[in-house]
Order: sequence, then C-alpha cells, then structure tokens
Amino acid sequence: MTGLVANVVFEPGFFANGPVQVALLAGGVVAVTSGVVGVFTVVRGQSFAGHAFSDMDTTGGSGAFLLGIGTLWGFLAVAVAAATAMELLGVERRRGRDVATGVVLGAALGLAALFLYWDTAVASTSGATTTVLFGSLFTIDGSTVPAILAFSVAVLAVAAVLYRPLLFTSVSADTARARGVPVRMVGAAFLVMMALAVALSAITVGAVLSTALLIGPAATALRLTKRPGTAMLAAASIGLLGVWSGILVAYDSSAWPGHHGWPVSFSVVAVIFVLYLAAELQSWARAGRAQAGHGRAATRSR
Amino acid sequence: MFSGFMINTWIVGSIAAVVAGVVGFFVVVRGSAFVAHALPQSAFTGAAAAYLIGINTLFGMGAFALASAFGIAWLGRRGRHDVVTALTLVMLLGLGEFFLSYSVEYAQAIYSLLFGEVLGVSTNEIVPTALIGAVAIVAVAVMYRPLMLSSVLSEIGEARGVRSFRMELAFLVIVALATTAAVPVVGALLMFSLMIGPPAASRCFTDNPFVAITLSVALALITVWVAIAVAYERNWPVGFLVGTIGAALYIIGRVWQAWGRSRVSHRITHQPAPA
Repeated sequence: MTGLVANVVFEPGFFANGPVQVALLAGGVVAVTSGVVGVFTVVRGQSFAGHAFSDMDTTGGSGAFLLGIGTLWGFLAVAVAAATAMELLGVERRRGRDVATGVVLGAALGLAALFLYWDTAVASTSGATTTVLFGSLFTIDGSTVPAILAFSVAVLAVAAVLYRPLLFTSVSADTARARGVPVRMVGAAFLVMMALAVALSAITVGAVLSTALLIGPAATALRLTKRPGTAMLAAASIGLLGVWSGILVAYDSSAWPGHHGWPVSFSVVAVIFVLYLAAELQSWARAGRAQAGHGRAATRSR
Repeated sequence: MFSGFMINTWIVGSIAAVVAGVVGFFVVVRGSAFVAHALPQSAFTGAAAAYLIGINTLFGMGAFALASAFGIAWLGRRGRHDVVTALTLVMLLGLGEFFLSYSVEYAQAIYSLLFGEVLGVSTNEIVPTALIGAVAIVAVAVMYRPLMLSSVLSEIGEARGVRSFRMELAFLVIVALATTAAVPVVGALLMFSLMIGPPAASRCFTDNPFVAITLSVALALITVWVAIAVAYERNWPVGFLVGTIGAALYIIGRVWQAWGRSRVSHRITHQPAPA
C-alpha cells in the first residue's frame, strides 16, 4: 500500500535519476542560504537590489563567456562591482536608493546586451540569454556543487557574524548610529553578502528562480512570525519545501495527461507563490478576526 | 540613415522617449523603479500567452500589464510593495517560460521582447503605439496635481482627500499603458532604462517639476536619437546604448548637484562675519 502511494507521488526513477539528485542537493543548499539572507533583505526593504543582482548576473555570465573565463568568476566580479556602484550612488533615503539601483541595473543590462551581441557575433550562442535568465535545475554540472557549498557556508558565516548589527541598523538606523554602530559599513557589507548569495543562486538556478527563493520564503516566513531567528529557520524550510516539491512536480508532470514536462523554474516559483498567498490570506483572516473581537469588546465595555 | 524602414524606427523611438520621459518623472519621484522594471517584463508573459492562444500580442501584453498593475496595487495595500513586486515579477516570468514551453517556434521572437530591437519596425505598429502612448500622457496631465501631491507628501495628500491606494493604482495603470505602448517596439530593457536614467538625471538639475518633466523628455529624446544613430552606424545593440547613456546622464547630474552644493556651502562659509 505504502509502495503504491509512493509510486503515485514519486514517479518511478525519481531518486535514482542523476540530474534529479544534483538538483535536490544544489537547490536545497541555495534555498537555505537564500532563505536566511532573504529575511534580512525583506526586513531592510531591499528586494529590488536583490532582484537587480540576479538580473545583472546576465552581464557577468555573458562577459565571462566573452573573455573565456569561468562563469562563476564573471558572476562574482559583477556582483562585487555592482554592489560597490550602488553603495557609491546610493542615497540614505529609500526612494533615492531605488533610483540608484535602477540606474546601475539599466547600465548593467545594457552591457549584457552588448556582450550577448558580441558573443553571438563571435561564437553563436543564441541560447545564452535564456540559459542565464531561466537556468534549469536539471542541467546543473555536478562538479560545481562543492563550490556552491563552500560559498554558501561563507555567506552563512558572514550572516552569523553580522546578525546583531544588521538587524539593529535595519530596525532603527538612527539609534544604531547613536550607539556607535558603523551603519554605512554594515549596509555595504550586507550588499556584498547579498550580491554573493544571489550570484551563487543565479548560477545554479537562473535569475528568475534566484529572486523567487530570496524574497518568497522570507516574505512568507515574516507573515507567520515576527522573530527574526524563527523567521530565518522558517524561510529556509519553506525554501527547501518549495524547491523539492517544485522538482517533484516538474519531474512528475511529464507523466501526466498531455505528457508535457513543466519547466522546473516555473514549478518551483508556482509553489513558492502559492505558499506566500496562503500566508497572506491567513494573516488577513487573523487581522479580520482581531478587528471583530476588538469591536465586540468595545461594545461590551460601553 | 533616414530612408525607408529607418523612418519608422525614428518615429517609434521618439514616441517611446516622450512617453518614458513623462511617466518616468513620476516613477523617479515616487521611487517606483522596481515597478518600472517589473511591468515591462510582464509584457513578455502577455506576448507568450497571446502567441499560445493565437491572438494579437498587443492584447496579451496589455492584459498582462494591466493585470499585474492591479495585482501589485492590491497585494501591496498592506505590507511591502517591493516584496509584492518581486513576487509578481518572478511568477509572471515563470508563467512566461511555461507558456513558451508549449510554443517553441515563436520563442526567439518573444525573447527578443526582453532585450528589444528597435530596428525593423513595421508601419502598422506606429498607430497603436502612438495611441496608447497618448492615452498615458493625457492620463498624467489630467491627474497631475493629485498624483504629484500623493507622490511627494502622501500624508498631506491623504488629509486633502487624495486616496493613496487609488493614486497608486492609477499610477501603476499609467505605467502599464506606457509599457504596452513601447515594449513591442523597443523591448522591456530599453523601456525600463528610459524611464529611469533621463528623469533621474533631470531631477538633479532642477527642483521645478514642469522644468524637470520637460528636461526629462528632452534628455530621453537625445538618448534615443543618439542610440539609434550609433546603432545604425556601428551595429551595436540599442539597449546597450540607451542603458549606458542614461547612466552617464545620471552621473553627470549627480556631479553637477554635488558641485552646486559645495559652491553654496563655500559662499555661506566665506560670508563676511556680521559686525
């Protein structure tokens, strides 16, 4: 009986499949790192910068291809350069920061267009855009997994060291400054950390999925709890759940009626989006109940 | 450079520049750069869906741009706007990939929407572009005062009876219209760069909104014209030129602003001390 159920949920060959194993492992590592960094990102209101980094990795990827160096180095170089540019242009206010991010993103995407043009003119890689943007969990090169693991551990270590000052400056920059926390330094360090985390996930799962994993689980977790530590644990778990069930759906979908395999990025994004909507609805329902209860209490006291 | 098919490119590029210059000013004032990035990309999904069911891509793009404008406004009523924008964006791009996985033959044409190619615009694309662009500009003109008030001082706007949510929704719809007008001909990347670079630069030079909007339109037109000319001569992608010229204009604006500020503080510190 259990075997039958397992066969219905997991199409035959799911766990024995090489690409699926690599996808489960690499996707899981990326999901955990993105979940933790994502909580800081959402609390600090820097979703746009987080998404911009993943888009800008198109520039890094195409530039690296042009120079003939490893894609990972291209991603890292662009991530650090873009973080520096944003910090230099960045203004203290949120609106100014948005515009600075937008200008850097526009210039970087323009460069990507040029690099891709040169790439195609020289070496004919018309699919480069698609690969960088959408990526695919099922085409990860198994040999990159150790590098992904190492970078994830580094990012998580930096996050642990910066945990308190980061939260402090996110909640109240002025108080933190008065207490002697180097607000600007902490912000710059976070930007670089986020750029690295996003580069890491963009190389693994593509730019679209990288943004989804950074923002979706963290936003969902912060709807459920306000404690940052708990939220990080929850975000990492939600990310893992999203990636693994997305991989499962993508793998199974080719056996469903129609025999059309769903793109794996789409499956994962869909799961994450549905989870976010569910958390949103639940928090609305709770707010509605609280309001109704409050109304009753007010009538009674009168 | 001005013959035959290039004429269409010049006309459509100029329309996109004017619309982006006007709408982009409010994008910059409201700090909505992320939305300006997300809505043009949602057009990609719209085009993919339209190809799949076999209708005119313009309808698909318009429908998806408007739907995401409503979705972002509604989900963003409480909570973080940037979070909702990010999630809507990735959901749409994922959906676009899903639609495209069913129709392989048009994939290249639809991907070109993301990066855009201005050269080779057909004549029957000009009229819809001009019409939708005109609607966006008229809408900005009609709502100029409440839009400005809710952008700059949202609390005072609320007190004067301007509903922030309605204004936000109206603004997002305007950006969606501008997007639908421009993306089919210039691409998502180019439209985004045009809505950020020139308006952000113009804000560095003046505080007067009318002057800033005029300057922003002028800078956007110059950017597009230079980009088309260079693209024609050197065969470089237009998106690259628009993106880098926009960024260069903004950096010039920031330097000018910093220089002006240091001049003012210099004058203040060197005033003769009162006797």
